[in-house]
Amino acid sequence: MLLNDLYQETIAAITANKARSGLTILGIVIGIASVISLTAIGQGSQNSITSSIQSIGSNLIMVMPGASRSAGVSGGMGSAESLSLSDMEAIKKNVIGVKAIAPEISKRYQIVAGSANTNTTVLGTNVDYQQVRSLEIESGNFFSESDITASRKVAVIGPTVRDDLFGEGVDPVGQTIKINNNNFKIVGMTKSKGGSSASSQDDQITIPYTVAQKYFTNSKYVGTISISATSEDDITSVQEQATSLLLERHNKTTETADFRIMNQADIVSAASSITETLTMLLAAIAGISLLVGGIGIMNMMLTNVTERTKEIGLRKAIGARRNDISNQFLAEAITLTFLGGVIGIILGWLIAWGITTFASLSASVSWSSILLAFGVSAAIGVIFGYYPARRASKLNPIDALRYE
Amino acid sequence: MDKTNKNNNNVIVCKNINKIYQTGDVVTQVLFDVSLHIKKGEFVAITGPSGSGKSTIMHIIGALDSPSSGSYLLDGQDVSKLSDDQLADIRKNKIGFVFQSFNLLKRATVWRNVMLPLVYAETPLADRINLSAKALEAAGLDKDRWFHLSNQLSGGQMQRVAIARALVNNPAIILADEPTGNLDTKTGEFVLETFRRLNKEEGHTIILITHEADVAAHADRVIYIKDGRIADVL
Repeated sequence: MLLNDLYQETIAAITANKARSGLTILGIVIGIASVISLTAIGQGSQNSITSSIQSIGSNLIMVMPGASRSAGVSGGMGSAESLSLSDMEAIKKNVIGVKAIAPEISKRYQIVAGSANTNTTVLGTNVDYQQVRSLEIESGNFFSESDITASRKVAVIGPTVRDDLFGEGVDPVGQTIKINNNNFKIVGMTKSKGGSSASSQDDQITIPYTVAQKYFTNSKYVGTISISATSEDDITSVQEQATSLLLERHNKTTETADFRIMNQADIVSAASSITETLTMLLAAIAGISLLVGGIGIMNMMLTNVTERTKEIGLRKAIGARRNDISNQFLAEAITLTFLGGVIGIILGWLIAWGITTFASLSASVSWSSILLAFGVSAAIGVIFGYYPARRASKLNPIDALRYE
Repeated sequence: MDKTNKNNNNVIVCKNINKIYQTGDVVTQVLFDVSLHIKKGEFVAITGPSGSGKSTIMHIIGALDSPSSGSYLLDGQDVSKLSDDQLADIRKNKIGFVFQSFNLLKRATVWRNVMLPLVYAETPLADRINLSAKALEAAGLDKDRWFHLSNQLSGGQMQRVAIARALVNNPAIILADEPTGNLDTKTGEFVLETFRRLNKEEGHTIILITHEADVAAHADRVIYIKDGRIADVL
C-alpha cells in the first residue's frame, strides 16, 4: 500500500463519521490541553518563585543573628544582637571567595516629605550593598564611601517610596525627606525590581550604616550580614568558612551558635521542591484525563472494526495483506490522536496565555511539555490503536464477508 | 486424453481436494476428493443445492481458503499451501471477485470503488485512471454514473461497478458468487449478458457460482456438486 493511499483511506475513514471522530478527538484534546496548561501553571509558579528569590541578590549568603532569649522566652530568629561590624570586617579579611559584603541595619520609620508621608523600612548599609543585592540605579547615584566615613545624611530610595512621597514619574533626586526628625537628602533612586511582597526592595530607603548607627540604633551591632560569593561554586565554601570563623570569634560550638547562615540556593531549592511536587501532581491529574482520552480512541476503533467487518472482508478478498489492514486502522488511530494532540497543544497554550494575561498567575509553556504531550499522544495512538488494528487484520475474509 | 496439452491450457487444476473442518471434537468433511480443471477463456458454472460444498469450492478456488489435502494449481502456480499474506497476493493479482451483495464501499464514489484493488496492488497513480475507465467501460456502466457515490446507484448499476472492480486488475479468473442473487430477473439477465460478453469479446475466464439452474445454464459448462462431490459435468 502506497503512503498516499494510506493517507487517502485514513482521511476517508475519519471523515466518514465526523461527529464520532470529533468527539474522540475531543477526549485527546482535553487530555493534552490540561497536561500542557497545568504543567505550565506549575512551571510558571516555579519560575516566578525562583526568580523572585534570585532577584534578592546574586550568589547571596545571609548571616543572621540567632534568637534572643530573656528568661527563657525566645524573641524569635534574628532578634538577638550578636553580629557586629567587626564580624563583618573579619569575614571580609579572612574568607576566600567573597566578592562583596554588606551589613544591614534596618528599622521601620514614618517618613515625611512636605505634606506627604509613608511608613517604610530604613536600611543602613555600605556601598557593597548595591552589588550584593543587585540593585540598579534609575536616577542619581548610590551613596559613596565618603558619605559613609563622613556620616552624611544622604538616602537612596526605592521607586515605591518615590510614588508614595512625590508621585509617579517625579525625579526625587535632590529632594529632602525627614526620617525620625532628621533631614536626609535624596541622592539616588533604584530601579524597580518588581514583586509585591512586603519585603520588596522597591519599598525601602537605603542610607549609610554609619548614619544609621549614629542617629537611630546607637549600637555597634548589625542586623544581617549579606555576602556575595564570587561565583556559584564558591557559595558552599564561603558559607563554611564564614561559619567556622564566626563560631571561633563568638567562642561557640555548632550547637550553641548565636547566628544562622543561609544561602540563596538553599532557599531556591526548598521552594523548587515544593513547586516541583505541585507540577508533578497537576501533570498526574492531567495524565489521567489523557489516559481516558486514549481509552476513548480504543473504544471508537473497536466499534469501527466491528462496524466495518464486511468492508475488511472485502478489502482482504481483493488482495489486502494483514499489514495493509492493520496499518490502515493504526493510521486512523494515530491521525486522530495526532489531530487531538495538535489542537490540544494550541488550546493548552491559549489557556496558559489566558491565565498569565487575565489571572495574574504566571504560566509558562515549556518545550519539554509540548514534546512530551506530542509523544504521549502519538504513543496513545499506537498503543490504543494497536489492539483494534490487529484484531481487524486477523479477521478471516470468509467470515468477515458473511458478517451482517 | 492428452494430459500435458490440456494442462497448458488450464487456468485452474484441482486434484483430489479434501476439505475437513474441525470444531472441537466434531470433524466435518465438506469436500471429498474433488478434482476439476477449467480452461483459459472458459465460462463455467459451479452449481449445487445449498450445503453441497459449492461455497467451500469457491473459497478454495478464490484463494480465500486452503484445502486440507490435495493440490490446487492456479495459473500454473500451486496455491494449496500458502500463508495468509501469500494468498492475499494471489487474490490481488489473479482473481477478481463479484459478490451477491456487491460489497461496495458505501460512502465512496464509483471511481474509488473500482480503484480499490489498484491501491493494494500499488499500481502507479498515473495508470489507475486509465485502467479504471477501461474496466468501467467493459462492465458497461454509463459514463454519467462514474462519479456518483456508490449508494446512489441501483442494484444493477452496483453490480456493474463490482464487475468493473473485479476486472480492473486484469485477473486470470473472475469468480462470481451468486451475482444475480440480489437482483430482479431482468437486471440479472443484463449482468449475465455482461459476463457472456466479457467472456466472448475480451476472453475473460469466468466462474459462476450459483444454486439456480437457469442462471447456471448461461455458462458453457456446468459443474454440479452434491454432498461434497462432483456429481455431474454437463
